[in-house]
Parts: sequence; structure tokens; C-alpha cells
Amino acid sequence: MKSKISAKGVNVYYGEKQALKNISIEIGEKEVTALIGPSGCGKSTFLRCLNRMNDVIDICRVEGSIKFDNLEINSKELDVVRLRENVGMVFQKPNPFPKTIYENIAYGPTIHGLVQSKQELDEIVETSLKKAALWNEVKDRLHEIGTGLSGGQQQRLCIARAISIKPEVILMDEPCSALDPIATAQIEELIDELKNEHTIVIVTHSMSQAARVSQKTGFFHLGNLIEFDSTEKIFKNPGNQQTQDYITGRFG
Amino acid sequence: MNNKRKNFLEKRYKSEKRFQLFGLASISLALIFLAIFLIKIFSNGYSAFTKTWIFVEVNYDRELLLLEENPSSEDLNNADYYDIAYQSIIALDPEVDESSETFLIEMFAYNYELEIKNYLKKNPSDLGKIVKLKLTASDDIDQINKGNYPRDIPEENRRVNNYQLKIFDMLEARGDIINTFNLSFFTNPDSREAELAGIASSFMGTLFSILVCLVFSFPIAVLAGIYLEEFAPKNKFTDFIEVNINNLAAVPSIVFGLLGLGVLINIFGLPRSTPLVGGITLSLMTLPTIIIAARASLKAVPPSIKEAALAMGASKMQTTLHHAVPLSMPGTLSGTIIGLAQALGETAPLILIGMVAFVNTIPGSPLDPAASLPVQVYIWSESAERGFVEKVSACIMVLLIFLITMNLTAQIIRHRFEKKWS
Ligand SMILES: Nc1ncnc2c1ncn2[C@@H]1O[C@H](COP(=O)(O)OP(=O)(O)OP(=O)(O)O)[C@@H](O)[C@H]1O
Ligand SMILES: [Mg+2]
Repeated sequence: MKSKISAKGVNVYYGEKQALKNISIEIGEKEVTALIGPSGCGKSTFLRCLNRMNDVIDICRVEGSIKFDNLEINSKELDVVRLRENVGMVFQKPNPFPKTIYENIAYGPTIHGLVQSKQELDEIVETSLKKAALWNEVKDRLHEIGTGLSGGQQQRLCIARAISIKPEVILMDEPCSALDPIATAQIEELIDELKNEHTIVIVTHSMSQAARVSQKTGFFHLGNLIEFDSTEKIFKNPGNQQTQDYITGRFG
Repeated sequence: MNNKRKNFLEKRYKSEKRFQLFGLASISLALIFLAIFLIKIFSNGYSAFTKTWIFVEVNYDRELLLLEENPSSEDLNNADYYDIAYQSIIALDPEVDESSETFLIEMFAYNYELEIKNYLKKNPSDLGKIVKLKLTASDDIDQINKGNYPRDIPEENRRVNNYQLKIFDMLEARGDIINTFNLSFFTNPDSREAELAGIASSFMGTLFSILVCLVFSFPIAVLAGIYLEEFAPKNKFTDFIEVNINNLAAVPSIVFGLLGLGVLINIFGLPRSTPLVGGITLSLMTLPTIIIAARASLKAVPPSIKEAALAMGASKMQTTLHHAVPLSMPGTLSGTIIGLAQALGETAPLILIGMVAFVNTIPGSPLDPAASLPVQVYIWSESAERGFVEKVSACIMVLLIFLITMNLTAQIIRHRFEKKWS
């Protein structure tokens, strides 16, 4: 499998405190990589390295090399706007814009000039919402405010927003933590479908979800990448005792 | 529940009640002061909104006016109305002796001649006829009519003598004294005569000053706020600027007046006493207020929304202009209104740049000399006549209404933004 993103020796510091220690990982193209690990181990921090979202945190410092195809992500010369156009993100907490549902989805395609007409835009809004399993619930109220939706609906709106510009890579930080089992199943189905065209990195606290959707799994603990292997291997026959303890729930 | 916990709970409820009571008490106190203030202003000032007229039969005698038949409007304008005006007024008392004639004349506003002339200019066909006209009463008669002057004090302490009082009573019994809405208070510029003085000049002066102030301060302050909050690097230099902006907000306004005088008038040669200079001077004061408000409300925009936009590939500027700025607008507007409201009531800097000059014309643009409402209050409160006392209060009322209108507008705009964004 060709690798889409390859990180080598990544260290991340929040001020003096080191949050990630010497992480090296290969993210395969068009497959789903799950990141698991206990709370506070640095999963989100790593995810945010991949689209340079750590830039907005003043005290955050990232060292090491992260290659996106042949592009060095962690370089001063990198055009972050181009990077983020190609590496979309769904955040841990739903954060729709305080605008209408329609405007939420239409924003990305509009600023990147992906559409020529209102019709095309309407189409993108509809397909994005359908893919995110939200269309049926909101099709009659596209022009209501997005922040008026329930937490789970908001999260699906954010997913729809992220896929509206068809990024090559989609980073998902616990996208299902606010969803009920039905919506979760729909999102997992979506992830399955998206991986035909996109590369996906998903952080999750649900072992079963990681096992269901991902091909590769990485286990983080206290800022270290303890083990990274095929999902099958990690869940059936982990090479590390800590991984074994964590996935069987005997941790800590 | 055991007793100890029950007592504890009761204590908590009690302290909550006490807290609410304190709050209620302080609000009531504030409201009482406000009510006293408003009642005082209103009771002093409401009579300024009415005006006393005296009906007089004016004989537009063609011969006395030295006019031909069907005179041109120029002739009407140039004619001498002194005689017919004088004759008409002293005819009010058929038994008047020569020494009392001036007393009769003094019962009218000094511009009675002009009023008589203006009527004929408007109705040239009344030439040669006798017309019953209402003429503005003098300030003293106005005050007698409104009951603001005591009548039962010795004559030498009164501004209206016994003879004038007798005539006044006679006219009133005849129904020739009337009281109407005082339109001229709103349409006249300032005057040395209380019965003719109005707020048109100062109102327009204030309006123009505030507009100039808004035009100069709002865009600059919002841009400065956005730059400082979102784009400027955080270093010693920007810290220094921040400290100085905060200091600027605390500088006494009279200092800004000196700056306006020294820089705008003396160096740039802008015209003195004009709302243009006044507005720019005031905008120096409002700038820091708006900058601080804009920065605070930009800071209050949830970072998660900015992150959402950035993660969608929006540039820093797009994130700011599409998301942060619209969300911060309600707060920025509140700050702007607070700043403008302060500017509205400012007197000292305007006095320094000469907006205290006696202006008896109505300004048509920010480049014409004008007064302003608070300065007008200041000028009138210096005058002793009772007529100006009521006008001071009336002027304050207009100022307050101006303020309330401004706040309401801000509320409406705010509401629009909030509805759109949340
Ligand atoms: N903005 C920040 N400033 C300082 N420290 C931070 C910041 N964000 C995260 N950290 C620290 O970095 C470490 C990793 O945090 P991170 O959010 O990546 O954990 P996580 O694995 O995503 O946890 P969770 O599963 O609870 O989301 C934590 O110890 C956290 O305290
Ligand atoms: Mg996290």
C-alpha cells in the first residue's frame, strides 16, 4: 500500500511540556487509520500536526518531519491554505459556523472556487449532507441556523462540511462521540465508502469502532506511539503488553 | 435529611434571598434618582414647548406703507412697516398715554415688525385691509401667561409692571392671548431674546458633529481593533500600543479640545466653530473606546469557530472577515454607541474649538459654524431670564431624546446581527 502521509521523529511541545515523543508513522493511501489510546495521550495533538492546526496555539512547537506525498508539512514555506484544502478535519467538539445549514456546507466550496453556479453549489450541499446521513433530517430547513441542531446533528453537519471540498485526507477526532448508535452506524458506513477515494485518520475511544472501520491501528500512550500495525494484528495478537491491556479494558 | 444539613440548606437559601434584596435595593435607588432627575427636568422644561401669542389687529394701510396698488414683492420687502406696526400695537389700549406706549411695545417680541411684514409678503392681497394677526409675546408676558412669574409681589420687583398686567388681563379676557405648541423652539437658531431662541442650530451642530465623529472613528477604530487583535505580532511594541490606547481612553476630554484647536485649526487651517472640527476632535475621544470594544468582542469569538474556518482552508483574513468580525459586531456596535453617547454630551472640547460662539444661523453642512446641544445648555444656563431657564431643561430633554434614539437604533442593529448569527 502506498503511503500518503509519513511522519518521522515528530516531537510536539506545549511550552516546556512534551506532548508527543518521537512519533514515526506511515498513513496508507485510501485506507482508514485508527488512533487509539487513553485520554490525554496526544491523539488529538498528533492529528492536528497533520493539517498544521497546532499553528494557532502559540505555545505549541512541532519538531520532526511530516511528509504529505512529497510535500513537507512541517516546513515554514508550506502554504497552509493549500494543505488544509487537501487535508480536512472534523473536530472532537462539533463546531458548526453560526450560520445556516446551507451556508455551513457552502462555505468551503465557495472560498476555494469549486463551483461556478448556484446549481452546482446546491448539488454539493445535498450530496455532502446525504453522505453525512443528515439530509433527511434537515432537507426542509436548510436555511435555519446550524447551531440550532442537536449535538449529534451538529457533528454530522461538520462531517458534511469537511467532505464538501473533497479533501484527499480527512482527519476525524472522535466524530461519533456525540452520536447515537444509528447515526454512528451511518457514519461508519460513510467512512467505509469514503475510503475508496479518501485517506482517513480517525481518533476513537471505541475499540469496536476501530476494529470495524480501520485497516491500521496505532496505540498511543503518554505521548508515545506504543504500537502501530494492521488492525487485525493489533486486536487479535498485539505485540505489546500495554496494547493488550488497553484493548481488553484492563488498563490503568 | 438530618438536622445539620437542613440548617445548612436554610442558610444557603437565606443568603441567596439577601443577595437578591441587595440587588433590588440598589436598582430601586438608581430608579428613584433617575425619576427625580426626569421629573425635575420635565417640570422645569415642559413649558418651553408652548409659546404665548397676542392677537393684534393690524391695519395694512397702503398710504402709511407708502405702497402703490399691486406692489411687487420687492416693494413689499422694502416698505417700512414701523408705523403700522407701532400704530396697531398701541391701538390695543385706546386710552394709552404717551409715556405708556413703550410698555405696550415691550409686551411683544422685538421682531414684531418682521412678523407683520412677513405676513403681508405671504398674503399680498391683504394690503389695505385690517387683519387680526397673532404676534409673539415677549418673554416676560410669556412667563406671566405660563404662571412662571409671581404677580403678587411689589411692582418694583416685577419684570412686568401694573399697566402691562392690566392690559394682559384685558387681552386675556377678550381671548386675544393664546398658547400654542412652540414650533419656533425647534426651527429657530439661538437668539438673545428668550422667546425667540431655539435649538435648530445646536441640534444640527450636534447631529453633524456626531456623524463626522462616527465617520472618522468607526472605520479607523474597527480596523485598528481587528489588526491589533487578529494580525499584529504579540511583542513589546504592540504591548506598548495597547497600553497607550488604554491610556488614551482616560485622557480628559479638554486635552483633546486643545489638540483639535492646535492641530486641526491652527496647523491644518480647518474652519473654526464648525461641526467638522468638533466631530474630528470628538472622534479622537471615541477612537480608543471603540478600539477597546472591538478587541474585546473579537476576543470573545469562540476559538473553535475560527479553527473550523481555518481547517476548511480559509486564510487568516477570510477567517477574520467572514466569521470573527460579523460575530464581534454586536459588541463593537455597543462600544461605538457608548463612545458616541459620551461624545454627544461632551462640552469642554467643543468650547475650546469655538463651538460656543453665538450662532444665529442654521448650519447646512458640517462646514458651517454651529453650536451643539450640550454647549447650548451651558450658554443658556448662564442667562438669568426665566425664559432661558425653561429652555435649558427643554434642551436637556431634547438631548436625552437624541441619546435614547441613538441607543434604540443601536439596539435594533444589534438585534439584527444577533438574529442573523445565533
Ligand atoms: N492547548 C494546549 N495547551 C497546553 N497543553 C495542551 C494543549 N492541548 C493539549 N495539551 C496537552 O497535551 C496532551 C495531549 O493532549 P491531547 O488533546 O492530544 O490528548 P488526546 O489524546 O486527544 O485526549 P482525549 O482522548 O481526551 O481527547 C495532554 O496532556 C494535554 O494536557
Ligand atoms: Mg482529543
